[in-house]
Amino acid sequence: MTNASLGAGGNAALARTPRWRQRLSDWTPRLVLAPSLIASFVYVFLFTFWTLYISLSNSTLLPTYAFVGIKHYYELWSNKRWEIAYGNLFFFSGIYVVLALAVGLALAIAIDQRVRFESFWRTIFLYPLAVSFVVTGVVWKWIYSPDAGIEFLMRSLGWTDFTFRLTTDRDAAIYAIIATGVWQSSGFAMALFLAGLRSVDPDLIKAAQIDGASRIRIYRKVILPSIAPIFIAVAVVLLQFAIKTFDLVVALTGGGPGISTTFPANYVYDLMFQRGEIAIGAAAAIMMLAALAVVLVPYALWTNWRSRREAASHV
Amino acid sequence: MSETTFDAAFAAQARVENRRYILGRIGVYAFLGFFAFIYLLPLFVIVANSFRNLPEITQNGLIALPRSFSLKAWPQAWAHYCVSGTCEGIRRNFYNSLSMTIPATIVSTMLGAINGYVLSKWRFRGSETLFTCMMLGVFMPGQIALLPWAYILGALNLSNSVYGLILVHCVQGLSFTTLFCRNYYVSIPDDLIKAARIDGAGFWRIFFKIVLPISPPILIVTVIWQFTGIWNEYLFGVVFTGGRQQPVTAALVALSTSQMNAHPYDVGSAAVLIGAIPPLLIYFLGGKYFVRGLTQGAIK
Repeated sequence: MTNASLGAGGNAALARTPRWRQRLSDWTPRLVLAPSLIASFVYVFLFTFWTLYISLSNSTLLPTYAFVGIKHYYELWSNKRWEIAYGNLFFFSGIYVVLALAVGLALAIAIDQRVRFESFWRTIFLYPLAVSFVVTGVVWKWIYSPDAGIEFLMRSLGWTDFTFRLTTDRDAAIYAIIATGVWQSSGFAMALFLAGLRSVDPDLIKAAQIDGASRIRIYRKVILPSIAPIFIAVAVVLLQFAIKTFDLVVALTGGGPGISTTFPANYVYDLMFQRGEIAIGAAAAIMMLAALAVVLVPYALWTNWRSRREAASHV
Repeated sequence: MSETTFDAAFAAQARVENRRYILGRIGVYAFLGFFAFIYLLPLFVIVANSFRNLPEITQNGLIALPRSFSLKAWPQAWAHYCVSGTCEGIRRNFYNSLSMTIPATIVSTMLGAINGYVLSKWRFRGSETLFTCMMLGVFMPGQIALLPWAYILGALNLSNSVYGLILVHCVQGLSFTTLFCRNYYVSIPDDLIKAARIDGAGFWRIFFKIVLPISPPILIVTVIWQFTGIWNEYLFGVVFTGGRQQPVTAALVALSTSQMNAHPYDVGSAAVLIGAIPPLLIYFLGGKYFVRGLTQGAIK
């Protein structure tokens, strides 16, 4: 169809259209968006308030709507298992985020040295992201297991008193989760850092080279500062992963040995669906949301502030 | 005289530089190789063990070069192993995952494309605010939604069914798909849309004739993102379905926790691989788009 014929047909149609059809077509975008909007609003706001309300009610096995105030939050925070759960979360988040960033950055810088078969390396470091936490957890559980995995391997190689028992040791099991988490997500950090390294202004680098700066110095003084925003973005995403950690723990340690690797998300599931304490479970879920807000709200404000400042400086 | 010493010094300097360069190269490749080994180890272990026979695995351990070859584990994992009394293998859960993931991916992607089109090209007063509110869904932890969903699925008579999971994933995926498509459509020049409107083309006509034909890149990214995300999801699967209705992730957890006392690593490996193959295939075939989705989903 040519432009002219499209135009003629359109104009004719416009002339013939009755008022209500014109009205309807004005509203089409809004009508089309409405179902998704309603679904999203129900999901985001109604569900949050619903869960918030349940956390303030005296529900146990089934939801009831008798209001009891913050009693369940009090119970939650005086609970030993919850203490372990958020302790684990803090410990895990700290080490996991730092290690994933460090490994990701190191890999990105290594790949950035004009290596051969770049896409081959990238493919290897990123494939864990395509695999579920469940699969990751199950496989690593086997690799960590003393009777078939690393310990078995080292012993059969002749090192007969070698011990490597991450998942069966109360204090060490959290390191198994950290290591596996880093294995899973450092490729993600690598991909984003690599994109960042590639977007650094080449003139800047050239200028530093002409000034006689060494490679390491160029990285430290020119390249890394200019990808700092990416660094923060990746850290925020990784923190989000950490707060939502659930499947990995279920598949890797099942929260054990004992309750030593319970995470908040695991405890929520337990309270809601194993013990029939849905009000306390809801309170724990609300605390997870609060933790996410603590990470995300400052980040959102910061990015907003930055983009405004940038817009102002460009004028 | 002075010139020759200068040359010699220069050559020596060049030799040092050259040696440093070669050492640097070796260092970089050794570093990458070391990490590549760690990254590939689990994949190797799982593939190798699905083709070894169990006595040999028990004897030599999981991490070993295969010294036996057997195809027995695969049919066993697919159709015969037993979990809590039923002996159907992972076949049923695999079908469940497929029949959940495919419709949920298609529906959420289509809705996301239309939403993104409205929110970028047919903005109205307040549409930006609505968009921001929708985006909050990206960050919501699933745990917040568990009780409300359980109630709604119960009321709709969809609990313990794949259809319930389809609904959950469609709603949950909306914010992501809308975000992806909206950010892509923003880059279509407004003049193009304006010209079409002056020519009398309406909402749907512009969508199907102008926007959709240039959408394949973002649609591929969205489909890959949704497919892998929904296929790999575990929490909703384990909460809202049980036993024969469960998706493959939940079945794998059940398998690994219930049977691993007997350690049938060969069948376990094959089952785990069956559960991992669809997203892995997508990753290896559409890697470029997968990475693009990853970077967009993370940063924006």
